[in-house]
Amino acid sequence: MRRKTGTAYGFLSPYLLVFAIFWIWPIFYSFWLSFLNTRQPPYTFRPDMTWGRLFQDAAFLNAMKNTFIVLLVQVPLMIALATLMAVLLNSRLLKARGLMRFAFFAPVVVGEVAYAAVFRLMFTAERGVVNKTLESIGLPQVDWFSNPTAAMAVLMMAVTWRWAGYNAILILSGLQSIPDDVYEAATLDRVSPVRQFFHITLPLLKPVILFCIILSIIGTMQLFSEPFLITNRGGPAGATETLGLFLYRQGFTSLNFGYASAIAYTIAAIAVAIAGLNLLFGREKA
Amino acid sequence: MTGVTLRNVRKQFGSLQTIHGVSFDVEPGEFVVFVGPSGCGKSTLLRMIAGLEDISGGEIGIGGRVVNEVEPADRGTAMVFQTYALYPHMTVAENLSFGLRMNKNPQADTERRVAEAARILQIEPLLTRKPKALSGGQRQRVAIGRAIVREPQVFLFDEPLSNLDAELRVQMRVEISRLHSELGATMIYVTHDQTEAMTMADRIVVLRAGRIEQIGAPLELYDNPANQFVAGFIGSPRMNFFAAESQGGGRFRLPQQGGAEIALSLTSPPAPGAMAVVGVRPEHFVEAGAGACDLSLTVDVAEHLGATSYLYANTKAGEPVVAQRAAAREASAGDRISVAIPSDRALAFAADGARIY
Repeated sequence: MRRKTGTAYGFLSPYLLVFAIFWIWPIFYSFWLSFLNTRQPPYTFRPDMTWGRLFQDAAFLNAMKNTFIVLLVQVPLMIALATLMAVLLNSRLLKARGLMRFAFFAPVVVGEVAYAAVFRLMFTAERGVVNKTLESIGLPQVDWFSNPTAAMAVLMMAVTWRWAGYNAILILSGLQSIPDDVYEAATLDRVSPVRQFFHITLPLLKPVILFCIILSIIGTMQLFSEPFLITNRGGPAGATETLGLFLYRQGFTSLNFGYASAIAYTIAAIAVAIAGLNLLFGREKA
Repeated sequence: MTGVTLRNVRKQFGSLQTIHGVSFDVEPGEFVVFVGPSGCGKSTLLRMIAGLEDISGGEIGIGGRVVNEVEPADRGTAMVFQTYALYPHMTVAENLSFGLRMNKNPQADTERRVAEAARILQIEPLLTRKPKALSGGQRQRVAIGRAIVREPQVFLFDEPLSNLDAELRVQMRVEISRLHSELGATMIYVTHDQTEAMTMADRIVVLRAGRIEQIGAPLELYDNPANQFVAGFIGSPRMNFFAAESQGGGRFRLPQQGGAEIALSLTSPPAPGAMAVVGVRPEHFVEAGAGACDLSLTVDVAEHLGATSYLYANTKAGEPVVAQRAAAREASAGDRISVAIPSDRALAFAADGARIY
């Protein structure tokens, strides 16, 4: 028995070694770094320049505000949309269901840079297809990347386009686990399809929707590619700068690893706290 | 009370017809069981009565009203599903009251009906539990309760006991029969288990491949099957069938039994040389010499149940025969025994399965 355990760890050791070097060590090292002044060597113990700076830094507070706006506006809208899409994808009336399901899932497989470039082009002020369309139906053009609110809207649309289908497929799997005869019983109980959705489907989807929300919270806390690539590095004037992007700027543009580590720990803490609250309130009462 | 009438009811899935013009009447207050092997269309027929399946042709009437185009909820039926179909996120009380609450039934009346159903089914202590905290039998009771609170004119049961273990099945069988006499409602019950059909039904409808093979009271089907299919389907262990060849004048030779002969007094015996089948129920064999035709058997498996014994045996030609012999408590595998077919208990069928004696 003991020998077998040893063999198992032997086979695992290459992975464990890589895991230790690239996961465990950075986790501890960055925690230590978060207390150091890393602006110039030698590093000195100056938590006031990292943790102390956090909540006085207007740029950090701005990034946090932007991230929370995405969290409070985009995530609920996307999950609602994904639920609706899942119900439609599950419909017997839908032709070519398999193809449709793949089509809605496909955005996740598209390369980030390619999709970001397409979104940039679509929303370009003069020649973008979005403004052309607005103009053709008599609406005023929008300066998508100079107007702070519009830029935030583009960011949210892009993220929603990319991830709504993915969430819809997850929710679809939850929908498919609800047996048909429950709906038949409700039909015999004279419960309309709309009320069946709100009284049966939604409550039974709660666990999978909660799972999607937590994934989305974690994703939002790390949101980086879209503000970096689509809205021009968090522009205009930091209006779409997210915590992920702010962390990147501090760490890899300013090379201030101590402060970046403190930001990273703060992001992780916020994600854990929100996800924990979600689980707490979403847990099924026994 | 309400009866159910089916007139030339057909069901078509694309080009495939699964119910071929079925007609019969269920009397008000009657307990009718649809029985047949899987795929015979019994569940489809029940779901058509409930309104969960479209009717491709013919008419279904409930209480004298044609319901072909009536919404399932307005047909005055309630259905109990094989898989219970309880709402998993609701307590037992909520499961029972859900339909009434959704239809704005007065609260006092809803509470009264739930309490009444819980009392009838003895599930009062379970009212605050969720389905996952219930056993299979308790879940099925709740599913029946959900049908009771609707106060339907017709109860529809779709194989409600199939997911229960053997002991519980017997217990629930008795309970459903008790419920029928207590409520006096019309009940239609689908099962593939002929024991359930025999023990519960006022009348049994035997279905095969979307057609009615026979309708009748349980013992009527047992004693007087219309054809070889019904004879073989009703009764457990099933009836023994022996290949036979008509010798004319009601005499049959059993070629697999070493040419033994049996004479049956038929009014219109088949022509000499015509193939036929002679059927004998396991309990109808008599002592060798006391019947019209002796068989010598080799016991393969002997099942001793105490009050009686079932001997699973083979004839010399290898045809399997089941004989019920109360006096064979000592028989064991390998024993050679002789039994006889009494001509007054034997049945005979033509090659197409139609009963000729």
